Amino acid sequence: MSHFSTDARTLVEAHALAFSRRDEPILRPLDFHLEAGELSFVEGDNGSGKTTLLNILAGLLRPSSGEVRISGYPPGTDGARAETRLLGHQLGLKGDLSARENLRVSVGLYGCRKGMTADLCLTEVGLRGFEDEPVRSLSAGQKKRVALAALNLGNARLWLLDEPFANLDRTGIDLVNIMLDRHLQRGGAALVTTHGAVSFRQEEPRKLRLNL
Amino acid sequence: MTSPSLFSGFLAILQRDLLLAWRRRGDAAMPVLYAMIVAILFPFALGPDHQLLARVSGGIVLVTVLLAMLLALDNLFRSDLEDGVLAQMVLAPQSLSFLMAARILAYWLVTACPLLIAGPILGYMLGLPAQAQPVLFLALVLSSALLALLGSMLAALTAGTRRSGMLLSLMLLPLIVPVVIFAAGAVSAVEQGLPWIAPLAWLSATLALTLVLAPVACATALRITLDA
Repeated sequence: MSHFSTDARTLVEAHALAFSRRDEPILRPLDFHLEAGELSFVEGDNGSGKTTLLNILAGLLRPSSGEVRISGYPPGTDGARAETRLLGHQLGLKGDLSARENLRVSVGLYGCRKGMTADLCLTEVGLRGFEDEPVRSLSAGQKKRVALAALNLGNARLWLLDEPFANLDRTGIDLVNIMLDRHLQRGGAALVTTHGAVSFRQEEPRKLRLNL
Repeated sequence: MTSPSLFSGFLAILQRDLLLAWRRRGDAAMPVLYAMIVAILFPFALGPDHQLLARVSGGIVLVTVLLAMLLALDNLFRSDLEDGVLAQMVLAPQSLSFLMAARILAYWLVTACPLLIAGPILGYMLGLPAQAQPVLFLALVLSSALLALLGSMLAALTAGTRRSGMLLSLMLLPLIVPVVIFAAGAVSAVEQGLPWIAPLAWLSATLALTLVLAPVACATALRITLDA
């Protein structure tokens, strides 16, 4: 963890952030900020740049113009990467490995929250008894749950979740909501893309609309 | 809170790759099988001339082993790119070069080690003089490690392009020619009773340099691949 992040409450700061590919605007200039303990939904139609925005914040893509800071660091630098965790459409799981083995890799790469273990996290997402099953034999929803367990195991403060509710059943959606709730209470923040149609349990969260 | 240490990521990737290779043992056996088939076909094509075979055996073994290693190279980053693990590696608060070093080490262990065992056996089969055997083995160790490092660099560059196998082989050719020249030079030198240490020393020096630079180049190439 960096020394600045503990007292700085602002996790994400974006000024006139825009992205275009081959002169075609994908993300119109965007100003927003996200503080610790805050959740924001990113809403927009297909192709409105939701995934692009998350990829920029994670540091996978470079913005065409404008500036972003993740707790004071540019995205993709060491300081920003220690704070950020992206859960994309591709879940980052190896099909030939079991859920437990996948989580072990994740712990090696991202570290582990104090008091958390892989088995505890898998039980929490309702995969008790599936720990040693190869991930390729799990259903789409169960794979998503493994990825959520990996996310929950790490200690990043900023979660960037791309369609976390896709493929999940009712209890799965509740599970994501509970995880988000706890994450915010720990002082984390989350940026969540969605088409809408998801009821968050708490007060109405902030929304970031991306339609061009 | 426990932050990941420098070596935890390295070990996690190494362990993961070895485990994946073990789960797909059949795939790992492919290069060895390929090298054996090619080397076995040579005597049939060249005819049963012992002296001729003994003279060319070092070169045959060297080239078949290096070509066999190419079979697995194209896929080095492909599957990780497709299932999103590569993005996770790039985004992890770790040195990507270090993770890539683990990836290359695992590739060398899984692909080259079985070939290093098969190589001397093939040499013996083709009638390689006994005094050349240890030199051939050394040349194989050095050149396979060099191929793994140079090849992974190019595999990282071409990971994003479709049907990159052809491109990869074309780009690798000029890089691997000097390696083959020095390695084969050492083997033919010992067969003629000449000092053979110099070409191997050159290979070792290049290996030392590549060992430091290739993981860094790999990491940069993958960042570019993911940005595209």
